[in-house]
Amino acid sequence: MSFDTASTPRLQMRGITKRYPGTLANDRVELSIQPGEIRALLGENGAGKSTLMKIIYGVTQPDEGEIIWHGEPLKMRDPAQARGLGIGMVFQHFSLFETLSVAENIALAMGAAAGTPKQLEPRIREVSQRYGMALEPHRLVHSLSIGERQRVEIVRCLMQDIKLLILDEPTSVLTPQEADELFVTLRHLAAEGCSILFISHKLGEVRALCQSATVLRGGKVSGHCVPTECSDMDLARLMVGAAEGLEASYPKVHGGLTRLRVDDLNWHNADPFGTSLAQCRLEVRSGEIVGIAGVAGNGQDELLALLSGEVRLPSTERERITLDNQPVANLYPDARRQLGLTFVPAERLGHGAVPDMSLADNALLTGFQMGLTRAGMINHGKVMAFADKIIADYAVKTPDAHTTARSLSGGNLQKFILGREILQQPKLLVAAHPTWGVDVGAAAAIHRSLIALRDAGAAILVISEDLDELFQISDRIGALCSGRLSPLAETAQTTPVEVGRWMAGEFEPVTHA
Amino acid sequence: MDIDLLTNIFYAMVRTGTPLLLVALGELVCEKSGVLNLGQEGMMLFGAVIGFIVAFSSGSLWLGVLCACLAGVLLSLLFAFVALGLSSNQVATGLALTIFGVGLSSFIGAAWVGKPLAGFEPVAIPLLSEIPLLGRMLFGQDLLVYLSFALFALVAWVILKSRAGLIIQAVGENPNAASAMGLPVLRVRTLAVMFGGAMAGLAGGYMSLAYTPMWAENMTAGRGWIALALVVFASWRVFRVVLGAWLFGLASILHLVAQGIGLAIPGNLLAMLPYVATIVVLVVLSRDAIKTRLYAPVSLGQPWKAGH
Repeated sequence: MSFDTASTPRLQMRGITKRYPGTLANDRVELSIQPGEIRALLGENGAGKSTLMKIIYGVTQPDEGEIIWHGEPLKMRDPAQARGLGIGMVFQHFSLFETLSVAENIALAMGAAAGTPKQLEPRIREVSQRYGMALEPHRLVHSLSIGERQRVEIVRCLMQDIKLLILDEPTSVLTPQEADELFVTLRHLAAEGCSILFISHKLGEVRALCQSATVLRGGKVSGHCVPTECSDMDLARLMVGAAEGLEASYPKVHGGLTRLRVDDLNWHNADPFGTSLAQCRLEVRSGEIVGIAGVAGNGQDELLALLSGEVRLPSTERERITLDNQPVANLYPDARRQLGLTFVPAERLGHGAVPDMSLADNALLTGFQMGLTRAGMINHGKVMAFADKIIADYAVKTPDAHTTARSLSGGNLQKFILGREILQQPKLLVAAHPTWGVDVGAAAAIHRSLIALRDAGAAILVISEDLDELFQISDRIGALCSGRLSPLAETAQTTPVEVGRWMAGEFEPVTHA
Repeated sequence: MDIDLLTNIFYAMVRTGTPLLLVALGELVCEKSGVLNLGQEGMMLFGAVIGFIVAFSSGSLWLGVLCACLAGVLLSLLFAFVALGLSSNQVATGLALTIFGVGLSSFIGAAWVGKPLAGFEPVAIPLLSEIPLLGRMLFGQDLLVYLSFALFALVAWVILKSRAGLIIQAVGENPNAASAMGLPVLRVRTLAVMFGGAMAGLAGGYMSLAYTPMWAENMTAGRGWIALALVVFASWRVFRVVLGAWLFGLASILHLVAQGIGLAIPGNLLAMLPYVATIVVLVVLSRDAIKTRLYAPVSLGQPWKAGH
């Protein structure tokens, strides 16, 4: 690459080391980026990407190592100093204030000298038009879509003389089409000389956008490369080491009898910041996995709550959701569980498991209908046996079943929760974001478990934001957008592009078959 | 009802509502920044006793007012150190502060109970105070009431118009994001708590130097608690805080009026009226869930530490 020979890098990180209690988040990390370069920072969850970004942006300070900006070593004390140098950061979890307007959010970040929100409005309009990111300065952030919120974050960075833009997994909240639009903006910026550091674990995107990549694994740089010259497998090996299960593909199947039927489900959400569901229709058959894609906040939480029984419809509408032709929409979760529905919620700690209770007690919480209690008394022997079986069958790494749920890693806890639900031999399993924040090895194990359950004849509904995952494991696929559900298609007959359009709401309303 | 009676009712309404308004304005700023300080009652009482003692000993009412404010700030710093510096549970810390303030003020003030003091007298503004009905209410009050008007305007301006208000709101909604943006979360919160302390101290000083110029144990009679409820039921909106405070004042007066006229309603029921009326009205006003969520500080009461 021509960049390697260019004169002074815009930013150099030398020997950056950062320790947190119990972990070495960054271990002698080296990184360098030239003006106008788009560099990817690749790595698994927990590889140390976010820590490195926070160090560049002055949120945390490194224990060792130095930061060199335009050839000058400096200490990055705080984000204000970083912004002053022309470094902008777009966080994965947006740092926006929902109760403030777009202009107020931008004014807050820019400091008092930049002017009042009102004075900034013309410039916000100008910058957002120039880079093709439509924004209305008056609107309150809570009324914006996720994509629009990201635009606010980016425009906020572009309002100043930007030299280096850092984006932390920016596409994880976007539809494929929105991601393409973002890439156009980023290329435009790079052409003007802005350096861009693009954090991701999606290899396709990195190849489409970035001229160079630095890969982190376990806090260390495991390699530098040119993404267009590497295969997915090369990159994946750099990211995770032994690349077991990465290429797994599972045969697609046709389901049998209809297990779950959702028929014209309408539900008004009383929470003004939530989503209401409209005319959702869905069938899940025995022996198949149905995947529901969608950008977060489009009704996933609401649909899950209605399916699990945490939210119920009045009994006049109980036919809206049926399990084996039996109306369940008005039933409480325990009644639905008795009928063979099990549920893996999105939030592991606090919803899927009680953080401060032991694994055994957590196993009892949803498994109590498996004869673990008698006349209201707990049979601790059976509970322990059940918990031990989960731990053994699903390779949960833990000292024993007395360990608290909180002390397990995300992947291990997820394996435990999934195992707990699968061992109850459900007729229908509803799983939300089953591999979110889970390392590749555990994700592959979770996928294999779901496929095995499918092959044993259960109906499975997976709701996920990870389109690659859904294409890998589901037999039929659809998408949620603004509380409406697209038609379902055979996964083998559709493409991520089409599902991406559904995620953006481009589908005809489903009518009665 | 004749017009003189109404004029006097309005006058007394504002006068009675003033201590509540002062505490509530302070707590409003404090809560907007995300800190729930349940120590208002304790800080008020401490302000009241210190203000009284200083004014009585020095002969200067204004020195008393100043020291009442400082007393409130002093207790609020204790709260800030424990609840913000050590990230303790804010509810427990605030409750402890109230218990401490009640006990401390009784202890310090034991020798001063029942001593007479010439407190703040009304200063009628010529001409304006002659306006029928509202003249006396707005322009025939003592100087501390005028001060409460000014403080209300200041707080309204800061919260609704100023950059400082934006910062306070941002810190109260999402301290992590605010910190990532480089805003000094703990410093903002500490200042907000100190402002709350000063206002509670001032409210106490108003009680013991103007409203009933004397010191008695527990003389604030739960106004600190009512102010806390007021802020919540006012949906953290500054104009509603004034409305609620004066409404409370009005209801307090009505029960005196009713007794004066000789209505045959049991006194205990009438004494309940201000509390019930204030809360009912504000609950009715705060039904709009969208608006309430827009104004409520999301991170209220949650301990926060830098770094994570």
